[in-house]
Amino acid sequence: MTTATANEPVIGLEIHVQLRTRTKMFCGCELSFGDPPNTHTCPVCLGHPGTLPVANARAVHFGLMIGLALGCELAPRSIFHRKNYFYPDLPKGYQISQYDEPLCRGGELGEVRIHRVHLEEDAAKLVHAGASGRIHGADSSAVDFNRGGTPLVEIVTEPDVTSAEQAREWLTLLRETLRRLGVSDVNMEEGSLRCDANVSIRPAGTSGLGTKTELKNMNSFRFVERGINAEITRQTALVEAGEPVVQETLHFDPRAGAITSLRSKEEAHDYRYFPEPDLLPVAVTPDMVQAARAELPELPAARAERYEAALGLRPDDARLFAFRGELGDFFERALAAAGGAEAGAPAVAKWTGQLAARLDSEDPAGSRVTPEALAALAGLAAGGAVTDGGAREVLDRLVAAGGDPAAIVEAEGLGALGGGDELAEVVSAAIAANPDAAERVRAGKGGAVGPIVGHVMRETKGRADGGEVTRLIRAALDGPDAPSG
Amino acid sequence: MTDLLELTAAAAGRAVATGDLARSEVWEAYRARAAADELNAFTWVAGADDAPPAPAAGAPLGGIPVAVKDLFCTRGVPSQAGSRIIEGYRPPYTATAVQRLADAGAPLLGKTNQDEFAMGSSNENSAYGPVLNPWDRTRVPGGSSGGSAAAVAAGLAPWAIGTDTGGSVRQPAALCGIVGLKPTYGSVSRYGMIAFASSLDQAGTLTRDVTDAALLYRHMTGRDPRDATSLEHPEPPGLPTAERLDGIRLGVPEELSGEGIEPGVRETFRQTIALAEGLGASVDTCRLPHAPHALSAYYLIAPAEASSNLARFDGVRYGLRAEGSGTLEDLYGATRAAGFGAEVKRRIMLGTYALSSGYYDAYYGRAQRVRTRIAEDFRAAFAQFDFVVTPTSPSVAFALGARTEDPLAMYLSDLCTVPMPLAGIPAISIPNGLSEGLPTGFQIAGPAFSEGRMLDAAFALEQAIGFDGSPARA
Repeated sequence: MTTATANEPVIGLEIHVQLRTRTKMFCGCELSFGDPPNTHTCPVCLGHPGTLPVANARAVHFGLMIGLALGCELAPRSIFHRKNYFYPDLPKGYQISQYDEPLCRGGELGEVRIHRVHLEEDAAKLVHAGASGRIHGADSSAVDFNRGGTPLVEIVTEPDVTSAEQAREWLTLLRETLRRLGVSDVNMEEGSLRCDANVSIRPAGTSGLGTKTELKNMNSFRFVERGINAEITRQTALVEAGEPVVQETLHFDPRAGAITSLRSKEEAHDYRYFPEPDLLPVAVTPDMVQAARAELPELPAARAERYEAALGLRPDDARLFAFRGELGDFFERALAAAGGAEAGAPAVAKWTGQLAARLDSEDPAGSRVTPEALAALAGLAAGGAVTDGGAREVLDRLVAAGGDPAAIVEAEGLGALGGGDELAEVVSAAIAANPDAAERVRAGKGGAVGPIVGHVMRETKGRADGGEVTRLIRAALDGPDAPSG
Repeated sequence: MTDLLELTAAAAGRAVATGDLARSEVWEAYRARAAADELNAFTWVAGADDAPPAPAAGAPLGGIPVAVKDLFCTRGVPSQAGSRIIEGYRPPYTATAVQRLADAGAPLLGKTNQDEFAMGSSNENSAYGPVLNPWDRTRVPGGSSGGSAAAVAAGLAPWAIGTDTGGSVRQPAALCGIVGLKPTYGSVSRYGMIAFASSLDQAGTLTRDVTDAALLYRHMTGRDPRDATSLEHPEPPGLPTAERLDGIRLGVPEELSGEGIEPGVRETFRQTIALAEGLGASVDTCRLPHAPHALSAYYLIAPAEASSNLARFDGVRYGLRAEGSGTLEDLYGATRAAGFGAEVKRRIMLGTYALSSGYYDAYYGRAQRVRTRIAEDFRAAFAQFDFVVTPTSPSVAFALGARTEDPLAMYLSDLCTVPMPLAGIPAISIPNGLSEGLPTGFQIAGPAFSEGRMLDAAFALEQAIGFDGSPARA
């Protein structure tokens, strides 16, 4: 194979979502995070002899909400299976999961199809003592069963993702969808959202599937993106060297950027799935579906559509605010503060976007800028009282110290220069200072106006409106071209 | 003292209620009997200082203590399920069935010996040694609830509970000459029963007579929120009173009454059938065409579930931990090699194989299909008959060691008792005579939740048989 043949990645994602129920999946222990080890346990979740699981109805409800939000088909009858394997974080020696009759099938979110959604229980947490912090090289390991039995929903996509960047963006949409549903904390660092990726490559334009590898447990979207890219690079190098890709489970170490093998296909477990005899099938009634549907909030995809259709936002802004719900929420509060007029929406959206770009945190509600201040700023800018450049400067000050935009404009002298004498004088001076450019504009080269505009903007520290400045310059140099702004 | 021991539990309860007998007298008499156990029937007996608190006023079981098969978890009391791997394990909680009985006034007398994890038909698979049959101490008491059966038969306990997965209540009851009731699957909570095969395990009673069985069962049954497979009994049985069997249609399945049944057992069975007809019952042969495959299906399904249920015994959290050479695999391997007995290992391997990728459909899947057919066979039979009756055990109690080298011969002990749990239906074994001086059992099986009618029929037959249920008591 020559390097001329481009390869394209084929990526499927498996996402584990810890549900935010009050109690565990199969016992009455309360969920916890960060509490002292083994303080949220009982005979059931410790796997004591004789104990039995009882399915958490709230978890089933959340599972149905997720299924509905992802457009899945809800199974009227689904069953729990036992997935058998030995590991110290698995007190019963099996995980109760779902296998060939999951709670939900099919569906799609954005451009990615959903294969299935099922319920299961989380494993306990192993704590490795020793320098590495990982099992390899640990001096000893301890088990914290607080997490064991936490309800999980596993979402499996079809292999519809074609790049690491797309994976990251889609996961952002999924996370926002789950957050809107209120079914999970969706915090990757705390492990309430975890992602595995199945990666393969194939010659671009073909439809077969190459041998896939599974990247396990990447705990941030950034690592997902980097891990997938690293794996694509690794597989591409193998294929180009004429070597086979081996089916295996891999670990991505974000610190080293390295991929290591956890186990090969030959070492894969035979989980000996069989129907869990301690539990009845989950029979989903129309009432249960109705109850789940009644709790569905507006979901990001619908929100983006509303922003575009009803508020006239640009598609990029609409997606940005819909997929990052805190931004959307802030935007909507600012829009309300601006009087709620649809006409003002694009301006409010523009300045909400500007604000987001200036913040480290994802949620502008935690910043010094109030929705009211942002609305006021958007109003000043839209009304021409302050230029875009001036408004940016006001925003910088708002981000740094808060305050009232109008007062800042007043105090800092950032108000826009109108079409009066003051601006006319600056324009004349700028033309005089750029004779070459002026000559070319006179000769009909409209694009040559740039240096003169730049001169004016420098002189006015951005307080002048660029369109107005251009109009004045052209009017001064050549009357007929004037109405270009 | 002798008088007290001659009383059934129900009669003793009545005597306590009328003041003819002191509750403490009953407790102390049985506690002393159990403590002096020479049959190895008990693995733990309440101490002299463990006298239970007085039951609540009007508690229906009158303070008559109950012996409990070891695999029922009892808080703070060793619950070892006959296995070395949880030797000394004291659970942090009590099984629902045991708690219900205690609440109803039947306190815990002791824990009884059993085949390891209920896997066996002779009680010779206990890590704590075999139980001896009180009728003949060179013979087995049956299993797996052998300790409970021997204790009741020998008068070491007024009554007892056990579990039945493929016959583990009914077969030892038959071999010890007492009454064994395996109720409808789900009608008694499994919460706290150390699991063997979850879809088959069922708590049951081992009692001196049918009335005691009804009384004890009545206070065990009921839905338990801790057991998702438990059900409320639509009509919990009262005490049986029937004297006649007029209009009752009994079906005798050809498949479970001929080949493989000892002549002496066949003879007492024939006599009991004649008695039933004398009481007004009609008797005819019936067919359970898939019953001959029941043992095969059972010995795939039960080991498959067991292989998973027993995975938790890994040396990590409780019970035995055998240190290997340091790796996790070694810890698991060494612990389970040292902790499980041969029969348990055999069944774990069988079950693991039956569930393995590529073999599941051929073994576990097919066994489940056979199970469905067996349930359909029973449904068809019950369209024509009120009950299906068979001998309980194909043989009387066999000699210790006679079948330990031949697992298949041992498995055949359950020939007549395995089909019912596969169908989830109730069955009762009552003693119906002696063969070679040893008790035989008569089994009555009915549709799900027919315990009331079934106990009535058993009661009428019991009166007619007039079995003297006492081996020579030491």
